[in-house]
Formats: sequence, structure tokens, C-alpha cells
Amino acid sequence: MKLAVASGKGGTGKTTVAVNLAAVFDGPVQLVDCDVEAPNAGLFLKPEALTEEIITTPVPGIIESLCTRCGECSRFCGFSAIACVGSTPPLLFPQMCHSCGGCVKVCPEDAIFVDKHRIGTVGVGRAGSITLIQGTLDVGSTMAPPLISRVKERIDPGLPAILDAPPGTSCPVMATLKGVDYAILVTEPTPFGLHDLHLAVETLRELGTSFGVVVNRLGIGDHRVHRYCEEQNIPVLLQIPDDRRIAEACSRGELIVKALPEYRGLFQELLREVRNR
Amino acid sequence: MKIAFTTSGDSMEAPLEPRFGRAEGFLIYDTNAETFETHSNRTNLNATQGAGIQAAQKLSTLGVDCLVTGHCGPKAFGVLNTAGIRVYTSSLPTVADALRAITEGSLKPSAAADVDSHWT
Repeated sequence: MKLAVASGKGGTGKTTVAVNLAAVFDGPVQLVDCDVEAPNAGLFLKPEALTEEIITTPVPGIIESLCTRCGECSRFCGFSAIACVGSTPPLLFPQMCHSCGGCVKVCPEDAIFVDKHRIGTVGVGRAGSITLIQGTLDVGSTMAPPLISRVKERIDPGLPAILDAPPGTSCPVMATLKGVDYAILVTEPTPFGLHDLHLAVETLRELGTSFGVVVNRLGIGDHRVHRYCEEQNIPVLLQIPDDRRIAEACSRGELIVKALPEYRGLFQELLREVRNR
Repeated sequence: MKIAFTTSGDSMEAPLEPRFGRAEGFLIYDTNAETFETHSNRTNLNATQGAGIQAAQKLSTLGVDCLVTGHCGPKAFGVLNTAGIRVYTSSLPTVADALRAITEGSLKPSAAADVDSHWT
């Protein structure tokens, strides 16, 4: 089972739900941190040292002796990763490259080879029965989706996996949600929470992935999120009360189910709910 | 000598636009003929990325010798520099003011980009 924890709005509690859900699993489980721009599941799981692999993407390299400065590569590139001006060899901007491979194909002189450009790392480590798989995008790199795909390649398909998604509904979220069996959308009962939940719901319906909602910080805001879920026939899987002690535990990097055992039952209930779907 | 100015207008009194890659267009003044022509930069203006790189290549194709704009980032500057196009940054209000400044010699060419990259 591949389960994604997503949200439209940032800061609604995706990681909180993901790590606590992983903690109440009765067997081995994988926690896959796909929020590669700011991975933080490890702060709560505190795994042993991660085994890290450097991740690169294919980018063009120029064999200057073969290049005739014809400019075909630059004209073909839709991402401005190659610039040809005057009689100097093409200028490369590997950080702009989307690795389509087109430049290699259109070069009439075979002067372009496939080089590597580092975008980040994938780390794997254990925290008890939880295996943490975590992607970390390099500062300055914008290529989150290819890194997320590499993170997901490390998932053992024989074991359940919880994918902690990035916020929003853009490409990195799509890269995370691709191929998951079920999605939990974490929201808060506020106008902002509702607005972005809307976007997340549209995204999941487009993808054809079934999903349910977790309402976090119940007690703040209003009732519009609940009304919306009811109207749209979206199951509310779990409601987490707006309890200051939860925020305090999170700020110390503690799991709710350990720091506040009275909430353990809530997350076990969530696990039962999603297993039945 | 051909001098490119970033602008949204089509006259010498048009405002000098501070952006380079995402400028509305370019006014290219020929100092020998004392005439000018304008070129739209619409396609680059709406590019998802690499507007500065594309705009710089365009100016190279147009045979421009120098560029007067408000600001220029490192990728665009790199391409312009390789193409042998001198870059002048100015906050003067109009194309005509900037042309006067460059012909009088009160504008000095930039040695490097004056703003950071949007991406990296």
C-alpha cells in the first residue's frame, strides 16, 4: 500500500500526520519524505545515520573540437539551457535543463555528450521498524520532480509506504502522488484551509486517486470545511483538536503518539480507516 | 554602432524599461545612420524561464554592440559578454536621456551583473 499525505495549504500538519501514522503501524513501514525542498520527517523520527546517495540529472556537455557553432542545440532547447552566440562554444546553463535529451539528438556533429548535474541526495535510514527514505534538494536547484522520482524508486514495493508530500498542487506534488493508492488531505478549518483544500481535491479527482480528509486544529476557524466535505461526499477520516500541547510536542520534535499517549487511539483509528479503503 | 534600449514604447521619448529579459521590447538605435527600429520581446516576456538568456541571444543575432537597460542578471550578462555586447545599466527616465548619457560618456559599461539570478 502506498499512501500519500498531502494538502493544498502549507503548514496544515502533513508531516505530523505522516510520522504519527507511521509510528502506530504494527509492522515495518516506510516513511518517504517527498518534500525535498524542506524534508523534516527525520526531525521527528530521529533515524540512525542516513546512507546517502548523490542524485544527478543528465545534462548536455560539449565536445568543443567537434562543435561547429551551428546553434541547432540552442534553437531546439525549450528551456534556455544552451546559448549560442558568436564563434565561442555554446554556453551551458545546466540548472535550467529539463533533461529531455533533444540537444544530443539534433546536434548534426555528435558534439554533445550526456553529462551529469548534481541536484540533491537521497538518504535512507532506520528508526525502529520505520525506514525513512528522504530526498534533499540542493540549495539553488529547482529540479524537485526528478529528485522525487528517484526517492520513490527506493520504496520497497513489498512493504507499506507513507509518502509525505510537499504542499501545494504543482509539479512536485504531482510527482509524489503519481502511482499512490490513496491520499490523505490534511487541512485546517479556516478559509485558507478550505480554499487550498478545494485545489487539492480538484487535483486528486483529475488524477483519479481516492482520498479522504484529516481536519487538523479542530476548534479554530469555522465550519465551512466540514460543510464542503459533506456536500462533496468526502470522508473526514480524523479530526485533531487544537491542543496547545500538540504544538509544544511538535516544536520539540516529539511524536504526538509518544508525548501525548491519549492521542494514540486517534491515529490507530486513522490507520484502520485508510486500510479499509 | 548599434545600441539596444529596453522599452515598451516606439519612440525616443519612450520610457527606459528597468527589466532586461522580460522587457516589452527593444529600441535599437543606429548611431551612424541616426535611425532606430523596434523589436518586440513578447515571446521572452512570457517565457517560463531563461528570458534573459533568450533576449541576450536575440540581441546578438540583431548585431547589437551595446545594451542600455535598468538591470541585468548573471546568466544574461554571461551571454551578452560572450557575444561581445557591452552592458550599461541606467535609471534615466527615457531612451533619449539614456542615448544622450551614453554618447556624452557619462554612462560606464558594467563589469558584472548588477542583480542576482531568479533561479540559482
